[in-house]
Amino acid sequence: MKLLREVTGNAGDFAATVGGVTLFLGRILGQTPRALLRPSLIIEQVHNTGALSLVIIMTCGLFVGAVLGLQGYNLLLRFGSEDALGTAAALALIRELGPVVTALLFSGRAGTALASEIGLMRATDQLTAMEMMAVDPIRRVVAPRFIGGVIAMPLLTLIFIAIGIFGVQVVGVQMFGVDSANFWSQMRSSVALDDIAEGAIKGVVFGFACSLIAVYEGYTAVPTAEGVGRATTRTVVISAVLTLMLDYMLTAVML
Amino acid sequence: MRSTRTVELSTGLFVLLGFAALFFMVTQITNRELSVNGGSYEVTAMFENIGSLRPGAAVSMAGVTVGRVDTITFDQNVYKAVVKMRIASNYNRIPNDSDAAIMTSGLLGGQYVGITAGGSEEYLKSGDRIELVQDALVLENLINQLVASFMGRRDEQNDSGAETSDDNQSGEGAQSKTEEAKQ
Repeated sequence: MKLLREVTGNAGDFAATVGGVTLFLGRILGQTPRALLRPSLIIEQVHNTGALSLVIIMTCGLFVGAVLGLQGYNLLLRFGSEDALGTAAALALIRELGPVVTALLFSGRAGTALASEIGLMRATDQLTAMEMMAVDPIRRVVAPRFIGGVIAMPLLTLIFIAIGIFGVQVVGVQMFGVDSANFWSQMRSSVALDDIAEGAIKGVVFGFACSLIAVYEGYTAVPTAEGVGRATTRTVVISAVLTLMLDYMLTAVML
Repeated sequence: MRSTRTVELSTGLFVLLGFAALFFMVTQITNRELSVNGGSYEVTAMFENIGSLRPGAAVSMAGVTVGRVDTITFDQNVYKAVVKMRIASNYNRIPNDSDAAIMTSGLLGGQYVGITAGGSEEYLKSGDRIELVQDALVLENLINQLVASFMGRRDEQNDSGAETSDDNQSGEGAQSKTEEAKQ
C-alpha cells in the first residue's frame, strides 16, 4: 500500500515536472520575440555558452576523432579495407558522435553554468528584485540564455565534427599511412548532404533540450546553496539522459 | 566598452568558425560538384534488376564520373526499375545508342551505372531514354546458372533451365517468355 502510494506519488511528480517544463517553455517562447529585440543580451549569451565552450569542444573533438582513427583503422585492417576509414569515421562523427558528445560536453560546460547562474540569481533574490521593478525575469534573464544556447549548440556540433574529421585524418593518414586520396574520395562519395543535415538537426534539437533543462532547473532551484548545487547536478544528469533518448528517436526517424 | 567589444569579437569569431565548419563539410566532404557548377541534363534507363543501386550513385564513362543517379522508381506497367540520371551538361556528346550497365566497384564496393559509348551521330539530350541496358549481376542467379551447367545433363536441361529462369526472374513478363520460346 505504501509502495503503491510511493509509485503513484512519483508518477505524479514526474507528470508535474513534465508539465512544468512545458509551461515554462511556453513562457520562454512567448517572450522570445521581445527578447530578440535586444540582440546584445543574446550575443553575450552566445559568447558565454558558445565561444567559451570552444576550447573544450575542439580539444575533445580532436581526441574523439583520433581515437576513432585508431579503432577504425585496426578494425578495417582485418578486412583489408582500411581505405574506407574516411567513410566510416566521417559518418560516425557526422551522424552520431558529433551531436551526442557535443551535447554531453555542452550540458557539462554551458548547461551547469546557466543553471547555477540563474539559481544563484534566484537564491540572492535578484529575480524577485527584477519582478519588483516590473522587469520580467523570463524576458531579461531566461529567454536570452535559452536562445543563446539554441544558437550556440549546432555551431559547436559542426565545429566538433570538422575538428574530429581532422583528428581522424591525423591518425589515419599521417600516422598509419592510409592513402590520402582514397581517404578523402571515399569519404566524399559516401557522405551525402542529408547526413550533414541529420547532424545539424540533432545539434539544434539537443541544444533546445539541454538549454531548456538548464534554464528550467536554475529558475526553479530551491534558493539555498544546497538547492543550487542540486539543480546543477540535475541539469547534467537529465540533459545526458534526455540527449541519449532523443538521439535514439531522431536516428530512428531519420535513418 | 572594451569588454563588450571583446565579447562581440569572440562571439563573432565563434559564429564564423561554426559556419566555416559547415562550409568545409558541405564542400569538401560531400560530393556535389556536378550539381553545383553549371547545369546537368536528365536521361533515364529501364532495368530489369538494379541490384543495390542507390540514388546518388555515380554514372561513369571510361571510369570517369560524368553524372549521378537522381531517382529510382518502379514502373508497374512494365515491371521495371526506372533509373533517372543527371549528367553534367559539359558531357553533351554521348551517342544516343550508348548502353548503360549496372556495375560494381571493387569486390565489396557500391554499384554504379557505367555508360559505354555507341556509334551514333546523334547525341543524348535531356529527357532521352537509354535503350540498351545491362542489369545488375545477381550473385544467386550466377550461382544457379553455374550449378545448372555443372549438372551437364543434356536431356533434362530444357526443363531445369526453364525452372531456374522462372525462379530467378519471376514477374518479368512477356520478354522472358519470348526468350524461352526461342530456346
